[in-house]
Amino acid sequence: MLTLHCPYCGVNADETELDAGGEAHIKRHGPGSDDNQFHDYLFTRENPKGVHLERWRHAAGCGKWFHAARCTATLEVFGTYPAQVYEPPQDIKDAISAKRPGWSWREFE
Amino acid sequence: MKHYSAFAVAREALRYHTGWERAWRSPEPKKRYDVIIVGAGGHGLATAYYLGKNYGIQNVAIIEKGWLGGGNTGRNTTIIRSNYLQDPSAAIYEKARSLYEGLSQDLNYNVMFSPRGVMMLAQTQHEIRGYQRTAHANALQGVKTEWITPERVKELVPIINLDGPRYPVLGALWQERGGTARHDAVAWGYARACSAMGMDIIQQCEVTGVRSENGHVVGVDTTKGAIDCDKLGMVVAGHSGQLAEMAGFRLPLEGIALQALVSEPIKPCMDVVVMANTVHGYMSQSDKGEMVIGGGTDGFNNYTQRGSFHHAEETVRALVETFPMISRLKMLRQWGGIVDMTGDRSPLISKTPLGGCFINGGWGTGGFKAIPGSGWGMAQLMATGHSPLTEAFSLDRFKEGRFIDESVAAGVAH
Repeated sequence: MLTLHCPYCGVNADETELDAGGEAHIKRHGPGSDDNQFHDYLFTRENPKGVHLERWRHAAGCGKWFHAARCTATLEVFGTYPAQVYEPPQDIKDAISAKRPGWSWREFE
Repeated sequence: MKHYSAFAVAREALRYHTGWERAWRSPEPKKRYDVIIVGAGGHGLATAYYLGKNYGIQNVAIIEKGWLGGGNTGRNTTIIRSNYLQDPSAAIYEKARSLYEGLSQDLNYNVMFSPRGVMMLAQTQHEIRGYQRTAHANALQGVKTEWITPERVKELVPIINLDGPRYPVLGALWQERGGTARHDAVAWGYARACSAMGMDIIQQCEVTGVRSENGHVVGVDTTKGAIDCDKLGMVVAGHSGQLAEMAGFRLPLEGIALQALVSEPIKPCMDVVVMANTVHGYMSQSDKGEMVIGGGTDGFNNYTQRGSFHHAEETVRALVETFPMISRLKMLRQWGGIVDMTGDRSPLISKTPLGGCFINGGWGTGGFKAIPGSGWGMAQLMATGHSPLTEAFSLDRFKEGRFIDESVAAGVAH
């Protein structure tokens, strides 16, 4: 069973306590954007077989949203980090690079 | 290809079964084909079959990374129904269901289609209204379904408990002509028929790149070398995103795990398929006697072909209340498959931004039942550039806001 460390309350929460919130760091395109940007914002997803940055909510715990870096091919968790960031902090990027050299995610690496 | 018949069985019985031949050839790839289909699952093989049968396009290769029918075709719970709310869905699933009825004769291969009836239980007031609405929609679409009372449910499924405290059975949507088929046989039957038409099924051959010139596909790179083609069909379910990336475009879908499990075999006790969408569980009894149980999907992106244990537990816990007798059953096997889910939970059968390249995917949790109709429509689209069966399922529907919203109509379990 998937276990994620909640960066707020410090609990190692298992999957039954958590709600999956899908892909993280999606750039919002709202009024004024063109159709393609709005389409990509709403529907197009990275859907990688490998490193995935995603949002989770500690639903049966503190109730707060956080981010996780995880591998969709092995279910390995590289780390979790708070929600108030636009990209993963350096220690998370380093943790991913240590296990998956050369990984990339849109403009991050 | 030697014809299968009762006479053939008798003939082979007299000579120690030495005369059977392999059902399909396993050739090395040629340098060039008119059409390459990536993915030898049910949908890919059906696409190739109807390209040959309906449009005479027989210079076709079907390339498969693993073995044919080894992905979701071999992992589903084999349910066939067409009781969908939206018109485009009902049309393609009903086409598929009606093709299943004659498929064994058409392919000369017994796919064991068993039109035993599919029942979708209403266990909340909301579901009663939803299914009655679907029954009315189906009447307009020419799909035979009916709303039945709890008494009729009990008649059809004596092992059911109608008045469970949490999930009482308040009625059901009943499609008498739905049912099940042998999933492997569907893939094997199409494969044999494709091979007999001279198509090459190339297994253990992974596509590593898609080659294009001037915005038009010209071939694929594979682990068995480069192969040229005029048209390319991507029919790879869970791995559609990876293949699309090779072709230079992205898709509005994500892969998540869906799992199923079977019990030990028991004597016949339920001769219809029962789906309970409120509790994310569905169950039927296989010809071997196993209770085949499917559940809900995991909520997160996953490519591991195994699901979370607690989802299986939730499914079984709910089904035990509705079917108390299964509480004593041991579960024999559990497995998962990667389903590719789109934003509106309806499939993609479409041209793509790359010329000559077509996609058939995004079937989510409901692909098996659609195999013949999906192949029929995809073949028409690839051969003629247009198919009335598939036009609503085009990629641009998201940009244009033409959703085929079955996530609301069908709940979760497709």
